[in-house]
Amino acid sequence: MARAIVKAPSQAKKGEIIEIRTLASHSMETGYRHSDTGKPIPRDIITRFVCTYNGVEVFSADLYPAIAANPYLAFSTVATESGKLEFKWTGDNDFSVTESASIAVL
Amino acid sequence: MVFCLFLAARAFCDDRKSGYDFMGPQTRQMQDDDSANPAMFWVLDGEALWQKGCAQCHTKGMKGVAARYPALYKGKLVNLEQRINACRVEQQKAAPFPYESRELLALSSYIGQQSRGMPITISVSPITKPYLDAGRALFQRPQGQLNLSCSQCHDDNAGRHLAGAVIPQAHPTGYPIYRLEWQNVGSLQRRLRNCMMGMRAEPYEFGAPELVNLEFFLKWRARGMKMETPAVRP
Amino acid sequence: MKRRAFLFTVLAVPLLSEADPKEAQEAIARLVGGAKVNKGKVTLDLPQLVENGNTVSMSVKVDSPMTENDYVKAIHVFTEKNPQPYVATFHLGPRSGRALVATRIRLADSQTVTAIAQMSDGSFWSQQVSVIVTLAACTEVI
Repeated sequence: MARAIVKAPSQAKKGEIIEIRTLASHSMETGYRHSDTGKPIPRDIITRFVCTYNGVEVFSADLYPAIAANPYLAFSTVATESGKLEFKWTGDNDFSVTESASIAVL
Repeated sequence: MVFCLFLAARAFCDDRKSGYDFMGPQTRQMQDDDSANPAMFWVLDGEALWQKGCAQCHTKGMKGVAARYPALYKGKLVNLEQRINACRVEQQKAAPFPYESRELLALSSYIGQQSRGMPITISVSPITKPYLDAGRALFQRPQGQLNLSCSQCHDDNAGRHLAGAVIPQAHPTGYPIYRLEWQNVGSLQRRLRNCMMGMRAEPYEFGAPELVNLEFFLKWRARGMKMETPAVRP
Repeated sequence: MKRRAFLFTVLAVPLLSEADPKEAQEAIARLVGGAKVNKGKVTLDLPQLVENGNTVSMSVKVDSPMTENDYVKAIHVFTEKNPQPYVATFHLGPRSGRALVATRIRLADSQTVTAIAQMSDGSFWSQQVSVIVTLAACTEVI
């Protein structure tokens, strides 16, 4: 089952600012809703997103229930060296998804 | 608009507009960018299901198929979801996927995407004309506690506002859609049932022939317009 | 958020789960301590008329060279009428290249959204945007 979609360039010039777009599959249940019978539906959200570049954190986000379902996060980073971009989403109920992308920096 | 009756012989003033044209730029961008469209999760799941169970027989893919549904199958009018299930039951000897299940929506999204950009091609024959007439009658019939017909909003008042939202012309060009209101992907029948509930009318059950007839009429009414599956709608 | 939408009349959203603007102000005060929040440098981009409060596209840009000595450390976003005031905190740094983030948020009602940039020199800059949120027509809840 597809859990995350990442769009990042596969190559870039050294020093170039690259844009990364990510999408995670998650309902982001707020914890403020009630079922038809009045029972509260417990919160179940992604709380943290981290992007590392060859192991170094270059961007992260703390997320709250106000983030829409199937969270979209777009950010930028400087292409410094060839290697691996890793993306990790974690949240309630031990939610954890990782994705990675390789980048060749010329 | 007054001079272009969908039902009369066409005098080429096509002012039909997709729901896409009634959306704001940010929502349009969600649809235009596959890496920003949540519906792509369903397309990817559909692709996985396809590779597992369908690709062996359907070696040529499904290009153009969704654009011509609903269609006749064994003498009966069925929509794409029903046709997928017919294959599962008859060819794969498997249980049908429930309506609005993740699997069924994933498959119809994946198949629908293969018609993206292609014109809707619904043609009517003497055999299918009764279905079209039934669908049209339903579209024009006042119903529910508010005694409203679909036509009154979507033909006569398209472009104007209802409860803060713009009324679209109701052309099903992008189904299954990711609806912002649902924060989920859903079928045309789910949307039609929503509409009926909004009109304070008793909605037909999923898979009911009345809904399939209405789908058929709506797709015919939108013939020639480009498929947008998987679309995003408010 | 369970909502009812009649065709021509709109019922008020249940008020139990609405925060009041004071909560947002308190959250912002906790963030900045006693520091002044300057207006400027921040561009908070939200549609003026939101099609559906469930999913609202938002981007925040901050005017900053993003060098080792002068960069945006974090961008904090707050709302005043959601059940709680926090939306997200984005952590940036010199490796970001530019201070520009985009996401999609939920807005429970017409309200003011505040974006605050926390700079490497300890200063805070912000922008506020007011948006109108309407209810969707023809929902499943009767």
